[in-house]
Amino acid sequence: MTTVTMTVNGKSVTANVDPRTLLAQFVREHLRLTGTHVGCDTSQCGACVVHVDGRAVKSCTTLAVSCDGAAVTTIEGLANGAELHPMQAAFREHHGLQCGFCTPGMIMAAVDIVNRKGHVLDEHTIREELEGNICRCTGYHNIVKAVEAGARAMAPGAAAIAAE
Amino acid sequence: MYAFTYQRAKTVRQAAGLLAKNADAKLLAGGQTLLPTMKQRLASPSAVIDLGKVEGLAGIERKGRTVVIGAMTKHSDVATSAIVREAIPALAALADGIGDPAVRNRGTIGGSVANNDPSADYPAACLALGATIVTNKRKIPADAFFQGMFATALDEGEIIVKIAFPAASKASYAKFPNPASRYAMVGVFVAKRGSDVRVAVTGASSDGVFRWSAAEEALRARFNPKSLEGVSAKADGMIADIHGSAEYRAHLVGVMTKRAVTAALGK
Ligand SMILES: Cc1cc2nc3c(=O)[nH]c(=O)nc-3n(C[C@H](O)[C@H](O)[C@H](O)COP(=O)(O)OP(=O)(O)OC[C@H]3O[C@@H](n4cnc5c(N)ncnc54)[C@H](O)[C@@H]3O)c2cc1C
Ligand code: FES
Ligand code: FES
Repeated sequence: MTTVTMTVNGKSVTANVDPRTLLAQFVREHLRLTGTHVGCDTSQCGACVVHVDGRAVKSCTTLAVSCDGAAVTTIEGLANGAELHPMQAAFREHHGLQCGFCTPGMIMAAVDIVNRKGHVLDEHTIREELEGNICRCTGYHNIVKAVEAGARAMAPGAAAIAAE
Repeated sequence: MYAFTYQRAKTVRQAAGLLAKNADAKLLAGGQTLLPTMKQRLASPSAVIDLGKVEGLAGIERKGRTVVIGAMTKHSDVATSAIVREAIPALAALADGIGDPAVRNRGTIGGSVANNDPSADYPAACLALGATIVTNKRKIPADAFFQGMFATALDEGEIIVKIAFPAASKASYAKFPNPASRYAMVGVFVAKRGSDVRVAVTGASSDGVFRWSAAEEALRARFNPKSLEGVSAKADGMIADIHGSAEYRAHLVGVMTKRAVTAALGK
């Protein structure tokens, strides 16, 4: 067993884990944060994407013990209490999901895209950047729309503009 | 995944010491190859030595006309590095085309080069640019480093510390990605430095990355895609799988080389 300490959604957690424990397993089974999904378990689908130190990573392809000292954000860490994160709200507004299985990973990947590429994203960029996220339901069309809108809504002052 | 003991190294020396004690141990860099392989039980090291916290293994610096990249530098950091984009833009573009954003956020250049997957991108850049692979023991020129599919010059217990890439006057990487995996079906890195031209091909040969000498010769005479007319790669020894036949890959080698030269000329 190996001791690991990390911050998950702002809270410090320390646990003694079997070193084989994947980060996805750790957040789902040890912390009971089951919003992070495991779709393929072979690094292909992106359902398991979380942020480690502010960067999108596939939690099915990361050992929990490798995240010692890191700050991890899962889908549960995005909303502000009952108020959805702008990217979550955009997915709801634009019907960016059907079954919802891919959605946590899509949203975590989308927020990462905005962090890297800014608030004005064209369709081509969004499609390229979602390379690592697979959806079996929507045909991506509404996901792309949701990411575009969510990116704008994440801009500082966007909420104020929307309210006017 | 089978059970293993987990060890965190703080220095390269310590990692080397741990490796020396256990022939069955494996280094863990970004884990984007090793962990999927362990999950499939194709690898079952009894110990995993994590390089994640080793000081000084990640980072990019410029030394004159050479760009030096630490082994633990992530693909995304190479892709966005101002130094790399300025000195060797083709290398930054190559890094930006590896897998997908989440893979690039963890995968490292050292892991990719050590692994020498026959469809990986970095080996082509190392070979075409004439890079030097610096380990904890010695400096290995790229020409001597890559020794066939998943085989390298690395000895047991040898650790890649950094890779030095001399800049080229013209360079470009043209990749035909497998539409599902994003690995190269064929990737061609072309580099021109003075009158020398080097052409390295990945994804195509079952011997892994190789220099295509016929194309190099033709391009040395005149660095132009037209010089490649009538120069074709042999299908013999090319990878044949469900994604493409050997003949198809051989044909793609010619096509992608022309595209790389065209792009290197800024056309
Ligand atoms: C979905 C997906 C898509 C991908 N697409 C591409 C692609 O398009 N192109 C491409 O090139 N690659 C691709 N990859 C592979 C990716 O680039 C990996 O990051 C890379 O091959 C291995 O780097 P790593 O840091 O993850 O190494 P690890 O997986 O941690 O290690 C790989 C091997 O190298 C050894 N090793 C690691 N570091 C060192 C070192 N410093 N010295 C000596 N040995 C070392 C390890 O012991 C292990 O055997 C893809 C991977 C995935 C999961
Ligand atoms: S579950 Fe991690 S990529 Fe599919
Ligand atoms: S909404 Fe069902 S997989 Fe994407």
